[in-house]
Amino acid sequence: MENTNHMEYQKGMEVIDSNIMNQVLKLTSEYNYRRYSARDVENALMKSRLSIDDYGAVLSPAAAPFLEDMARKAVMETRKHFGNSVSLFTPLYIANYCENHCVYCGFNCHNKIRRGKLNHQELEEELKEIASTGLREILILTGEARNASGVQYIGDAVKLASQYFSTVGLEIYPLNSDEYAYLHECGADFVCVYQETYNTDKYQEVHPSGSKRIFPYRFNAQERALLGGMRGVAFGALLGLDDFRKDAFATGLHAYFIQQKYPHAEISFSVPRLRPFINNEKNYPNDVHETQLLQVMLAYRLFMPFAGITISTRERAGFRDNVVGLVATKISAGVSVGVGGHKNDEKGDEQFEINDSRSVDEIHEMIISRGLQPVYSDYIRI
Amino acid sequence: MNDKLVIGGHEFESRFILGSGKFSLDMTKSVIENGGVEMATLALRRANVGGEENILDYMPEGITLLPNTSGARNANEAVRIARLARELGCGDFVKVEVVNDSKYLMPDNYETIKATEILANEGFIVMPYMYPDLIAARAMAEAGAAAIMPLAAPIGSNKGLSTKDFIQILVDEINLPIIVDAGIGRPSQACEAMEMGVAAIMCNTAVATAGDVALMAKAFRLAIEAGRAAYLSGLGRVLNYKAEASSPLTGFLED
Repeated sequence: MENTNHMEYQKGMEVIDSNIMNQVLKLTSEYNYRRYSARDVENALMKSRLSIDDYGAVLSPAAAPFLEDMARKAVMETRKHFGNSVSLFTPLYIANYCENHCVYCGFNCHNKIRRGKLNHQELEEELKEIASTGLREILILTGEARNASGVQYIGDAVKLASQYFSTVGLEIYPLNSDEYAYLHECGADFVCVYQETYNTDKYQEVHPSGSKRIFPYRFNAQERALLGGMRGVAFGALLGLDDFRKDAFATGLHAYFIQQKYPHAEISFSVPRLRPFINNEKNYPNDVHETQLLQVMLAYRLFMPFAGITISTRERAGFRDNVVGLVATKISAGVSVGVGGHKNDEKGDEQFEINDSRSVDEIHEMIISRGLQPVYSDYIRI
Repeated sequence: MNDKLVIGGHEFESRFILGSGKFSLDMTKSVIENGGVEMATLALRRANVGGEENILDYMPEGITLLPNTSGARNANEAVRIARLARELGCGDFVKVEVVNDSKYLMPDNYETIKATEILANEGFIVMPYMYPDLIAARAMAEAGAAAIMPLAAPIGSNKGLSTKDFIQILVDEINLPIIVDAGIGRPSQACEAMEMGVAAIMCNTAVATAGDVALMAKAFRLAIEAGRAAYLSGLGRVLNYKAEASSPLTGFLED
């Protein structure tokens, strides 16, 4: 696989008619964030709709002194589109087998961790336990291993999950559109696929082996998910892996062009940063400190005010508490990032170290204390 | 004077309809009371916000629920949500919302007409949310709508009566209550719409994002009442180029 051309589709990977990747890569390669001035940022902040160039300005270093202004504008946009609602969910890792060697990830196939996969009974116990906390939205995750965690296995998990939850999302390896259609039929409606980095050279470097190495197949996953009938898709770059400004710029454009082509799609962003994992304590997000992370979140909000933004337990409680309502519209609660671990002991080790282990009740109270409304269900499966 | 809002044979004293989707639940009661609200929307997809809480627990007795079909992307989905709402005991009223655009949340008039026809035939009291287009409004009326709910501006924008001229056409031409839904940001804008002859105002964001939501609800109630009174009393004439000269300019004619 090391010698595989990472820009070339492999056998079995569906090719769709789309030019979005070319558009995003071209505009990102032309994005020179050092050329923006304070004036450009001020102009962008005065507009009711940001152009792509305005978006580039608010992501640039020139916007750093304007973080407070951006936050003031962002909170108004957030309130306008989401009121004071903050949605809650939790991820459930049903397996952590992985066939990829992603150098930044705890699940990578060369990392010596405990691997596991929930069977039907264990899965049901976990789902019941999570549902008993009041949560109504769940995100099902696997490692990226078609052989160990096949589409059928995931479909069975989705069917079971949809008996207990009104919203079922997926964060799994990219699929063909007919496979997404099958999982949609099983009860899943939302798909997250994170591109990790939009720098194709860096992408190749950090994915030396495994099918994940194929950049365009991953890039077009959201589009295939929508073609398969999914109602919403999530985007995210792993901030800190490469130049975070360029990666954030590309992420926003990716979502923007998808929204233009599929106006009905519900769009959301996640903002993962590199985190330490088992056998790699030094996996830190480089120059993406909280200030930069917030700038990225604010830029997403200003560019696409209607999009959801999720804040995960990768971040510390104090940061999470302050970004909900301001810019984030969804927060995870009662999180375990090992396999299972809610009702029974974890069956497999964790993907990364979490930073906020508060329970659903604690997150609920935090949201209330900030004058916001916790929302557990904002979806009806039709 | 008997001036009641009549929708589908049901009478309401209040012309302030509350959208409930952007509130904290514990604010709902005081907003309803201060706003004198008799009808409030209920997004079925969020009817049960989770945990121990249910929005219905926060609705005072006597409130007429207006379940909406938010989340529906086409007529079939709207119809299914409406039927589900009725099965759940939410009554016969339904606000049809069909939105197939995640960016501006613009209603799809074509699919809304289809859903209106199906639901009206099933005995629902249908209140379609729509982009203010006369032809579509006529079709909705023809299909059995009990009221027409045009947007004043994009949902949540608080921009006011951006579509004023087109709403006026609906008021003048459609023989059903025209209820302005979405976009109203200030009590003065609600008042202006009522002066135009609109039958009622629905708003949510303008109240939910106010500093004091209960006081803002009261402000809306008063503004809506003022606008209605102004409309009923007949607005005074507006003079522009027709300034009245004390001696007529055409008084010299002899024929």
